[in-house]
Amino acid sequence: MDEKKKVGVFVCHCGRNIAQTVDIEKLMEKVREKYDVELVEDNMYMCSDPGQNLLKESIQAKNLNRVIVAACSRDMHEPTFRSAAQEAGLNPYLVEIANIREQVSWVHDDKEKATEKASKIIGSTIEKVIRDEPLEPLKIPVVQRALVIGGGIAGIQAALDIADAGYEVTLVEKSPTIGGHMAQLAETFPTLDCSQCILTPKMVAVSRHPKINLLTTSEVVSVDGYVGNFKVQIRKNPRYVDVDKCNLCDDCTAVCPVVVHDEYNQSLSPRKAIYIPFPQAVPASYVIDEETCLGIDPLICSKCKDVCLVEAINFDMQPEIIEEEFGAIIVATGYDTYPIENIGEYGYGAHPDIISGLDFERLLSANGPTQGVIRRPSDGKVPKTVVFVHCAGSRDPAKHLPYCSKICCMYSTKHALQYKHLVHDGTAINFYIDVRTAGKDYEEFYKRAAEEEKVIYVRGKVSEIIEDGDQLLVKGVDTLLGEAVEVHADLVVLATGLVPSKGTQEISHLLKLSCDSKGFLKEAHPKLKPVESALSGIFIAGTASGPKDIPETVSQASGAAAKAATILASEFLEREPQIAQVDPTTCGLCHTCINVCPYGAIYLDEGVRRITVREALCEGCGSCAAACPSGSIELKNSTSEGIRAQIKALLQG
Amino acid sequence: MSTSKQEQESGIKNPNPKIVLFLCRWCSGKGADLAGTSRLNYPPNVLPIMVNCTSRIDPRFIVEAFLDGADGVLVTGCHFGDCHYKTGNYKAYRRLSLVAKLLKQVGVNPKRFRLTWISATEATKFVKVTTEMVEDLKKLPPYWSNENGGDSDE
Repeated sequence: MDEKKKVGVFVCHCGRNIAQTVDIEKLMEKVREKYDVELVEDNMYMCSDPGQNLLKESIQAKNLNRVIVAACSRDMHEPTFRSAAQEAGLNPYLVEIANIREQVSWVHDDKEKATEKASKIIGSTIEKVIRDEPLEPLKIPVVQRALVIGGGIAGIQAALDIADAGYEVTLVEKSPTIGGHMAQLAETFPTLDCSQCILTPKMVAVSRHPKINLLTTSEVVSVDGYVGNFKVQIRKNPRYVDVDKCNLCDDCTAVCPVVVHDEYNQSLSPRKAIYIPFPQAVPASYVIDEETCLGIDPLICSKCKDVCLVEAINFDMQPEIIEEEFGAIIVATGYDTYPIENIGEYGYGAHPDIISGLDFERLLSANGPTQGVIRRPSDGKVPKTVVFVHCAGSRDPAKHLPYCSKICCMYSTKHALQYKHLVHDGTAINFYIDVRTAGKDYEEFYKRAAEEEKVIYVRGKVSEIIEDGDQLLVKGVDTLLGEAVEVHADLVVLATGLVPSKGTQEISHLLKLSCDSKGFLKEAHPKLKPVESALSGIFIAGTASGPKDIPETVSQASGAAAKAATILASEFLEREPQIAQVDPTTCGLCHTCINVCPYGAIYLDEGVRRITVREALCEGCGSCAAACPSGSIELKNSTSEGIRAQIKALLQG
Repeated sequence: MSTSKQEQESGIKNPNPKIVLFLCRWCSGKGADLAGTSRLNYPPNVLPIMVNCTSRIDPRFIVEAFLDGADGVLVTGCHFGDCHYKTGNYKAYRRLSLVAKLLKQVGVNPKRFRLTWISATEATKFVKVTTEMVEDLKKLPPYWSNENGGDSDE
């Protein structure tokens, strides 16, 4: 403890990044003059090998026991310099970074003042480093199991990848089946693969995988803990049908008296209160819709139960709370489409023949409400002219969504093409602002539609759609010709954009994930950490973080799975040891620290009558240290005395 | 501190105020870094000190900063709801609001102490707040311009 503090200061030029605004020579001179340091060195790039070698050699040659690197932000190279020091035999927590790039050279012009400020920052950092104690990272065991929230294509892919890597996965899905929006699509651009045909094998793989625990009709209700050790509560809502007994005979739906809208078919067809979402649903079982069933009460109606020969129906099922621990979490909660009810200029969704893109997917689907024959909802006639309106409620900061949803140009092109394939003499007209086809083979797909398949593209926005007899009058403008256009259409399809799903909004509150201004989850870094959230151990895949097409969603899911597997692969994780410690000789047991701790990490050990810190729970915020009336609880390497000395050095240095 | 005639005319009483800037590690500290990465410019009068969380800031740090020669103290942290440590910024808000009251009562001009929230992406807000505070404090005399300190005669 009383060994002489031998501080070495290493100043980085960062090429010209620092050196052009900070006078390095003068800075080194100032530091030598003003502070009690053993050595001051500089290097063109401290993070380069020669720079790190200089650090290591100096530590050994001069027996340095404290090191300061005056360079860029600690977020950049703190780990680099700490491990270099460790290689030279110095405890890594005795290395501190003085940020003289992001907070000095890049933001100031006046060389003299910048140099002065850099010197003060180094002086302040010296006050910190001489008070630093050697620390050992805390080792925390990792629960080698992952949680995937959301059973769309992103969640399915992520769960399969993690399970294939050999780790257990729990996949939680709110609705009665996995598959998500992709299960509703007819065909996928640009290959026109049938969506169900490529999706359902993956759904079956999930249900058969021995490492995957699939929980449908389930919701995450609380999440606690931290990377490696999340404690999660999941509520499994009753489905009232025993998945293992149900043999899909369909006798129950024949007798069920309740008829409601079928959400899988976008309410374009009816279903019963006992139903299977779609024939390939996973798990393959019927489910009772609690909200519309006549009461889950055999005294009111038990028709389905009476006809069920295998006795799969059980009205007594109760919600179940499942508590489990996980090492990593992947959020794949997907999107909703922008409601056409919000778009007044296109009739607020009131006219049956003005439908959304997702509605049209159902009309195109072989298992849809019209068995794949395109019939318009109002009278069932095959439409002869269909208008596709791009950017419906998108790229319109004044009234609707300000952003581009990336996939609508492509899906409208696909819709037009599929319509032409089914109705050969029909006319398909696309009104667009720009056609955005960034993606592999996307431009070729658009060219095929426009040039070979005679889909008409009109550049301009549609201003209004009004009813005209049994047709619709679409009023717009052709901005290439510069004139107003009016088209009579039998059916209008609005290409609505993507918005964060309700589940995404709920999960962001639950997990404390930050969102961007549109409500999508925010990545840790938009370019370099696209599947990581700001919280360690929580990853994001697919449209929960913004509009994406299927290939991008799937690659994100695999990326997030790989990231999660990296955590699960280690038995222990190292945690920052900069946590609170109590001085029992001055502590008055007032409990103030216990009350302010957000993690419940501080408690009174009744046996020895001492306030004690649970090391595994303390995150090191220091709230307790600021609140303690007797200064008896301190944050390691961030003591009150140290911070006060740092402030003094900034002001008087 | 000598002020030139020109400065006196423009109302500048302290051309070089010293401001202690508290940054939190997760939001405002990253916001300050982003100001650098974006090559924005602000006056070099703000002297940064980084803590893990604004809730680490003991009220006496603020008071002592003035005693140690600061002309102003600026505390920046995460927006409500964004705190890395769940509720640290709420605690800081409660504690430091009392400090603000106390400082006012003992005769410190309220412009000398400011508490604000800056996210990791709000580099422009960071620059605006720091620049504003420096401009404000230039118009006040140095904190220690009279032997007792403070602005009691204003």
